[in-house]
Amino acid sequence: MEPILWFGWFRADIIAEYAMLFWRGLQMTVTVTVICIVQGTALGLAVGMARLAEARHSPARQLCTYALRWPSTVYVSFFRGTPLFVQILLIHFAVLPLFVNPADGLLISGELARSLKQNYGAFLSGVIALTLNAGAYISEIFRAGIQSIDRGQSEAARSLGMSYRRTMFHVILPQAFRRMLPPLGNNAIALLKDSSLISAIGLAELAYAARTVAGAYSRYWEPYLVISLMYWVMTLGLAYAVRRLEARYGRGDTR
Amino acid sequence: MDEVIRVKGLEKRFGDLPVLRGIDCAIAASEVVCVIGPSGSGKSTLLRCLNGLEDASGGEVFVRGVSVHDNRTDVDALRSEIGMVFQRFNLFPHKTVLENITLAPLSVRGLGLAEARERARQLLVKVDLLDKIDAYPNQLSGGQQQRVAIARALAMQPQIMLFDEPTSPLDPEMVGEVLTVMQALAEEGMTMVVVTHEMGFARQVADRVVFLDEGLIVEEGAPADLFDRPQHERTQRFLRNVL
Repeated sequence: MEPILWFGWFRADIIAEYAMLFWRGLQMTVTVTVICIVQGTALGLAVGMARLAEARHSPARQLCTYALRWPSTVYVSFFRGTPLFVQILLIHFAVLPLFVNPADGLLISGELARSLKQNYGAFLSGVIALTLNAGAYISEIFRAGIQSIDRGQSEAARSLGMSYRRTMFHVILPQAFRRMLPPLGNNAIALLKDSSLISAIGLAELAYAARTVAGAYSRYWEPYLVISLMYWVMTLGLAYAVRRLEARYGRGDTR
Repeated sequence: MDEVIRVKGLEKRFGDLPVLRGIDCAIAASEVVCVIGPSGSGKSTLLRCLNGLEDASGGEVFVRGVSVHDNRTDVDALRSEIGMVFQRFNLFPHKTVLENITLAPLSVRGLGLAEARERARQLLVKVDLLDKIDAYPNQLSGGQQQRVAIARALAMQPQIMLFDEPTSPLDPEMVGEVLTVMQALAEEGMTMVVVTHEMGFARQVADRVVFLDEGLIVEEGAPADLFDRPQHERTQRFLRNVL
């Protein structure tokens, strides 16, 4: 292909030549991000509630302390207190091989483990690491959101005979959700950007595509500028979506 | 006398602070009992112990023979028979007036949507707020919010209603509209326990007035006796200050 120069400097032909690679990278980035947002939110909700678990009478009280509050606190502390990059490496090279291993995997072994590792190893590790990391941060958002709701709200619901669970889902969480939207949106944006770290273990997402192209041509401006713009457009889109949601769920809120 | 609530030696401490120090009383069906006393005397805590919003530190509360603070009691089922109205309304801000009223009947009682809405409409007529059926709580005045809160509690068709200083945060001109609704309820034969500073209401509507101070019942009796001929020095002093 003839070199095409934009502004006498930007090699547009490189981008055109690798358009498919960027496209597939983009798809992978979006896939990983969406999966991790969904799973991370579910995990965050569960862990956030576990951190707030309380009961009046034993043995439920001891159960809440040692089986729910304690482990969830350690989990959150670890995943917020260590670098995501290190978590990805730890899970990919140490934890996952323990469970998925052709020789003696605790969960899966033999031929299935071999092909799983070969074809989806990086994807699996990346999604697990990012989900666990996001879950830790999101659980704190849920915890703070739930705690920010006036105690009178749950007292009113409970005095109507609603159970803890019904009170949570009909009264507390809908109100907390409205307040959690801005931090949840920030978290989704961070997640999208952080997914680029998974390229370090060889997942063919957007940052990996740029690195491939950079390596092939020893040109750095073109690939990294292009993916920067792609990330930027996606984060702007996310921010816009969050603002729309805030407007929609803002009804009745006096704040 | 058909006894609905029985309180036996009820004690409550918050940490080292004793709030209730041995309360004994009984409330009969259709009786309206007003609980008065200085702030910090334990009035609200006593009320909140009646439906298990507060644990007891000692003693027992029975509602229709069921021990409120027993582990094995289904406290949700118990509470669905006891309506409660709070000082700060505590309406659900993300739900309309109609949704506030129908939420518990729909989710706890398993009522059909049409039936729950019809019941809500009737109650809104009763508290004179049918025109606000689709409003959100923050679009209502304090008095209107409190009337919705009463309708919300009544939608569960409770046998007992608890009122925790329901008019305290209201502007003077809104107090009357709430008290009118409460009085109508009393006349219908609802069993009511009302913590209040409205002495006029207590005198006019209550069957019995209980004066609480420092976590103990100092004196109780018919409103005419307690207000006009208080026996205890502490009661006399309190009434002199508030009347």
